[in-house]
Amino acid sequence: MKKVQTLFAIPYFLWLLLFVFAPVALIVFYSFLNTSGQFTLQNYDSYFTSGKYLIMTFNSVWYAFLITLITLIISYPTAYFLTKLKHKDLWLLLIILPTWINLLLKAYAFIGIFGIHGGVNKFLEFFGFAPHQILFTDFSFIVVAMYIELPFMIIPIFNALEELNPSLLSASHDLGANNIQTFIKVVLPLSMNGVKSGIQAVFIPSLSLFMLTRLIGGNRVITLGTAIEEHFLVTQNWGMGSTIGVVLIIAMIIVMILTGEKKKRGGQ
Amino acid sequence: MKKFKWSNLYLLFVFIFLYIPIAYLIVYSFSAGNSMSGFTGFSLKHFYTLFSDTRLIIILLNTFMLAFLSSLIATLIGIFGAMNIYYMKKRTTRMMMLSANNILMVSPDVIIGASFLIFFTGLGSLFPGFGLGFTTVLLSHIAFSIPIVVLMVLPKLREMNDSMVWAAYDLGANNWQILNRIILPYLTPGIIAGYFMAFTYSLDDFAVTFFVTGNGFTTLSVEIYSRARQGISLEINALSALVFLFSLILVVGYYFISKDNMPRKNKKERKSLNR
Repeated sequence: MKKVQTLFAIPYFLWLLLFVFAPVALIVFYSFLNTSGQFTLQNYDSYFTSGKYLIMTFNSVWYAFLITLITLIISYPTAYFLTKLKHKDLWLLLIILPTWINLLLKAYAFIGIFGIHGGVNKFLEFFGFAPHQILFTDFSFIVVAMYIELPFMIIPIFNALEELNPSLLSASHDLGANNIQTFIKVVLPLSMNGVKSGIQAVFIPSLSLFMLTRLIGGNRVITLGTAIEEHFLVTQNWGMGSTIGVVLIIAMIIVMILTGEKKKRGGQ
Repeated sequence: MKKFKWSNLYLLFVFIFLYIPIAYLIVYSFSAGNSMSGFTGFSLKHFYTLFSDTRLIIILLNTFMLAFLSSLIATLIGIFGAMNIYYMKKRTTRMMMLSANNILMVSPDVIIGASFLIFFTGLGSLFPGFGLGFTTVLLSHIAFSIPIVVLMVLPKLREMNDSMVWAAYDLGANNWQILNRIILPYLTPGIIAGYFMAFTYSLDDFAVTFFVTGNGFTTLSVEIYSRARQGISLEINALSALVFLFSLILVVGYYFISKDNMPRKNKKERKSLNR
């Protein structure tokens, strides 16, 4: 049995080698190459000294932070109220459904909604406001990114709240806590794991949504993802692109460590 | 009682926010005008243009064929990968394999796309004739679908009673029979769920495809991106109306499959909660 299994698993190991380890190694390797293919530290040097890249990284992290924060503020109550509903499986399905629609189509919808003659401006005009340029601003980028990431924050929080043992709530009430105390001392700490995986699922993609910055942000917002796409596909400077890629990988690892599940202390 | 109502109002707003863009797209697909500013009478003309646009129809078929093939191959590879991880003896190697498996799940799309582009160009310089196109897109889609299948199949393996396999051995079954008659049938719900997820991941992907596709091959996402950059064409709205309908069918299908696939323990917990 063992032999046959290993034989059948060969494609899987090949995949691990060729499509998981090799690409990461290649991107690290390329980050040390300049445009003519020589081994150099030039890319890292210009990343840290030119200022342009550091500001871009800071901006990208700042936007991702804002998107994650706003999504979290909207999602937590949503997930909490959803668990109180009667047919919650069905409602959750309605939250999931928009994620199955192509991201590009959703971004495209916002081009129409935020356009100078689009839905939002029509709405504003109705109340007597002059039409504004909404598309191609930081604001539109944040709203659309938030719209796309929202379900990915709601679902893990919902799952964490669902797993919560209801007898803990009764116990808290029996011990004299009111609703607010119960929420702060019992519900919130026990749903932290859901919040953490939600942050993970939103923050990392927010650093790299290059298609949104192009379509909605109008090149005003440059994220790490946009910079990588630009260096790889437009200016063809793969070395610098890989360097930014390495920065993105490091950012990802930091987020994963910060939001990783801590090992439970004591026995359970 | 009052508080209860407020929470429902809040949920209502969230749902409106989630569905307004989709509704906006679909409503305008029936507009007689040519832009998403002002509805000018009901018309099906954008659907007619959509169906007579052979280029777009071919791209649509390509996208589906790609999703079908890549998820099929990824499922085959993933099943055996999951079995291999599950039957590893040392706990530490098993955990390490699992984290290696998850690397592609957590990596940003851009990184996957860029690194695959380097990899494929490297292959292209080794083997002349290997260029960017359908093959590279297919390989990339298989690559990022495998970990999903593994993650869907593993819980079913953990749930399986190993003594069934031993019983089959004792009754004289050979390896092939055990795999075919015992293990695979037991894993079927997980396998179907994995296939489904891989399929939708492939349909949805934009960033990775955008990096590794050359000039010859286009998928739906890439095509929408390039058209959206040129401006609004209500043909895309008509397309999204159809896509929405299709997603609705897929979601309902997936809902029933995942209902069967829910771990037993979980089902029991749900029941006890409902009581």
